[in-house]
Amino acid sequence: MAKRLGSQTIILDKQPVILSGAGIVGKKEGDGPLSRYFDDVVDDEYAGEKTFEAAESRILRDTFIKALEKSGKSSTDINIILSGDLLNQCTAASYAFRDVDTPYLGLFGACSTMSESLAIASMLIDGGSVDYAVCAASSHFCSAERQFRYPLEFGSQRTPTSQWTVTGAGAVILGKEGQGPKITCITPGKIIDEGIKDSNNMGAAMSPAAYDTIRSHLIDTGRSVDDFDMILTGDLGSFGSTMLRDLLNRSNIDLKNKHKDCGMIIFDLEKQGVGCGGSGCGCSAVVLSTYILNLFMQGAIKRLLFIATGALLSPTRIQQGETIPGIAHAVLIEA
Amino acid sequence: MKKQISKHEYQRLVDEKAPGSHYVKNLFAAFITGGAICSVGQIVMLVFKNFGADKETTASATSIIMIFIGAFLTGINIYDEIGKFGGAGASVPITGFSNSIVSPAMEFKKEGHVMGVGAKMFLIAGPVLVYGIFASVVAGLVYFIWKQVM
Amino acid sequence: MIEILKAFLLGGCICIIGQILIDFTKITPARIMVIFVVSGVVLGMFGLYQPLIDWGGAGATVPLVGFGNVLAKGVMKEINEVGFLGIFTGGVKAAAAGITAAITFGYIMAIISKPKIKS
Repeated sequence: MAKRLGSQTIILDKQPVILSGAGIVGKKEGDGPLSRYFDDVVDDEYAGEKTFEAAESRILRDTFIKALEKSGKSSTDINIILSGDLLNQCTAASYAFRDVDTPYLGLFGACSTMSESLAIASMLIDGGSVDYAVCAASSHFCSAERQFRYPLEFGSQRTPTSQWTVTGAGAVILGKEGQGPKITCITPGKIIDEGIKDSNNMGAAMSPAAYDTIRSHLIDTGRSVDDFDMILTGDLGSFGSTMLRDLLNRSNIDLKNKHKDCGMIIFDLEKQGVGCGGSGCGCSAVVLSTYILNLFMQGAIKRLLFIATGALLSPTRIQQGETIPGIAHAVLIEA
Repeated sequence: MKKQISKHEYQRLVDEKAPGSHYVKNLFAAFITGGAICSVGQIVMLVFKNFGADKETTASATSIIMIFIGAFLTGINIYDEIGKFGGAGASVPITGFSNSIVSPAMEFKKEGHVMGVGAKMFLIAGPVLVYGIFASVVAGLVYFIWKQVM
Repeated sequence: MIEILKAFLLGGCICIIGQILIDFTKITPARIMVIFVVSGVVLGMFGLYQPLIDWGGAGATVPLVGFGNVLAKGVMKEINEVGFLGIFTGGVKAAAAGITAAITFGYIMAIISKPKIKS
């Protein structure tokens, strides 16, 4: 059985294995620096569907099928799907998996969904109630824009701190046994709200949550930054990452050269015009499921702390004058 | 969060460290874009004048044509690019008003003609009409009373 | 030619005011449009906008401030002609061409084209 360590960390006993991962992205992501790691690049933002929501579901479902193929499992081996996205009612995931004959739990953790699903699936497998699980998350630039921002064709400028929602989905197959990196430890995060109101500055809204979770993980486990090969945050972007370093420095934690941010590595920030970087559930999901798993396979990294970060933003509450709560969950992945 | 820093201090820090806009570039782009759109308007006006249209016809016809240009450029997926470059230079002219009506109409077509196109068309421009017309009523009322008194 | 240059200069300057509001106050474009129209109504009501139109032509009428000015001018003209009822009919009557054009072209464009991502 798993056991609790410190105030919020959980050490897993059975250590679920990441059997395979897959990631499918849109054109802009496919033009980015990680292009060769993706399983597929969908050039058409409609992905052959009629609406952006349908396109997102399509991409998520195709990613799920791809991940399944790579794991050598069939959908009947899978006991549960844990997935979510940014849209109201987890639209993309609900419609992606409605024709899949597998139990499904819909999750909302905004852009932290990937580590939330990994954390829950790991505990389910550790507890023995599930043998194989799928963890997946998706986002789509166009469906997110129409829900959270302006119509696509509306002519407006993005503010310098804004980020670009990644079009793409990532999925991993988690199993009780097999070959692959293992999830050994998780630190679910608390909701942290430091009073950021600007919905175009999600990085600043999320970095206090990332700070809190990283700090708690280090305190609970007694580890230091040097114990990791990489500390990978979800989508803080360049400005959020600056704020994270600043906050950690105040607690005498130096990330040195260990820190990477999915939002900053999926795009070329200089050339691709994405503001402070990528964001969205799909951002961390696709980077983890492709590029990072590849690093593990090559043996380039052995111990990774993955902290997907989410801005639990409600457009309604923002219009009512509220601030943006942030969340971050840490998952320790070891070769 | 274990308080290393207060909420207030964090917000101050964010404001201080946040990357700023390229102010000079943005102002210049707004000037060029807005100026160019208004020049087109002036050319249209001059054409109508040359054909001997009176003042009011010229004014109405010019705004109809400018609104058409804004709608057309939105429809062929170009106006958002102009907006990205020109900022207020693209949103302040009446072509921007047109863009703010056409863009949600296009975006929400998939939700149907009534609740999609019809209802969402004024998502952004609605407030402009609401406050513009309401302000005109207030102005009219003031003017009316002033006329009675004087 | 000089008229076009004047329109360019005046229109550009009015847009600069909008850009300053966007960049320095974080006011959203939708709010800026509201502010500009209402300012136009106020300026028009006191006859302060007419000099700008006389000088810059389309440079003053094409920006949304000009739309506000049309509303104010229209309501005052109508009051002069029909009295009290003009308060309710004047504004929209003067702006009818713009509003109707926007709805008509908006609808047509929505039917024939669809939004696309730019990269």
